[in-house]
Amino acid sequence: MALKASSLKVGDTHSERVVENLSRTQIVQYAGASGDYNPLHHDEVYTTQVADYPSIFAHGMLTMGLTGKVVTDFVGDGTLTRFGVRFTNQVWPGDTLDAKATVLAVREKAGQHYVDLAVSTVNQDGKEVMSGSATARIDP
Amino acid sequence: MAKITFPVEASHIMMFARAIGDTNPVYHDAAAAKETEAGGIIAPPTFPQAVAQFDPDYHLRPKPGQKWFGSGKTPSGIEGKPPSSGSLHAEHHYEYHRHLRPGDVLTVETHPGEVWEKESKRAGKLTFRERITEYRDQFGALVITVRSVGVTTERPVDQG
Repeated sequence: MALKASSLKVGDTHSERVVENLSRTQIVQYAGASGDYNPLHHDEVYTTQVADYPSIFAHGMLTMGLTGKVVTDFVGDGTLTRFGVRFTNQVWPGDTLDAKATVLAVREKAGQHYVDLAVSTVNQDGKEVMSGSATARIDP
Repeated sequence: MAKITFPVEASHIMMFARAIGDTNPVYHDAAAAKETEAGGIIAPPTFPQAVAQFDPDYHLRPKPGQKWFGSGKTPSGIEGKPPSSGSLHAEHHYEYHRHLRPGDVLTVETHPGEVWEKESKRAGKLTFRERITEYRDQFGALVITVRSVGVTTERPVDQG
């Protein structure tokens, strides 16, 4: 069901836990589906011994993909017109991520109603790993 | 850059949705998807990134007969520090004119955008590179535009 402008107000939120105890296997699953086989995201030997990171870490786009579910569960299927993010901290195996969409504005343009959302994803320490915004078409 | 042909397939959408932990039937169940406002299976918002599968020269996929910079017998298959080891994804922005469906055949073209630098305490000199990617459908219509920003760090990001 599409959201209705008449039932939304600025400050409304929708939150979900998008992953609990992120597994290395899920990161590999994402590599396989997306086609991004950067060793930084699955090859612990390369990542710790050559690239000097403490461990492999998730693709930024996996975090964006996980977070996309919170947005689409809120606004409905196929209604997004814009979704943009900034990756602010890395996501590691074992992380638990909570994502939140907050209504910034409900507006009308050329007879079409839209909702603008702020999007934020935090890890188990409350540290923001990704922040951004999205816009979706909604019903009047 | 060369144009890439990206055929959008239902099984690929299903695998991608599984990888991002999204069980929404609109991504895998044709009958259930028909009853939604989307009217049929669509791809998740971040699926366009899977165009990498169809880029014949994609540098982050091992290719037969070519050295791979990940580990094998040694921590890296390439002598010295591989050029891509310091590159991270900084920003990603989608603009959707419509959402992708199985059966779409996209033509995808990427252009370099702006380049800028910034000094950071956690990783030294940062070089940001913007890339603009346009996805057009089988009718020539622009369906999705992506603005992506990659950052090359002087040294690995300090976790302190």
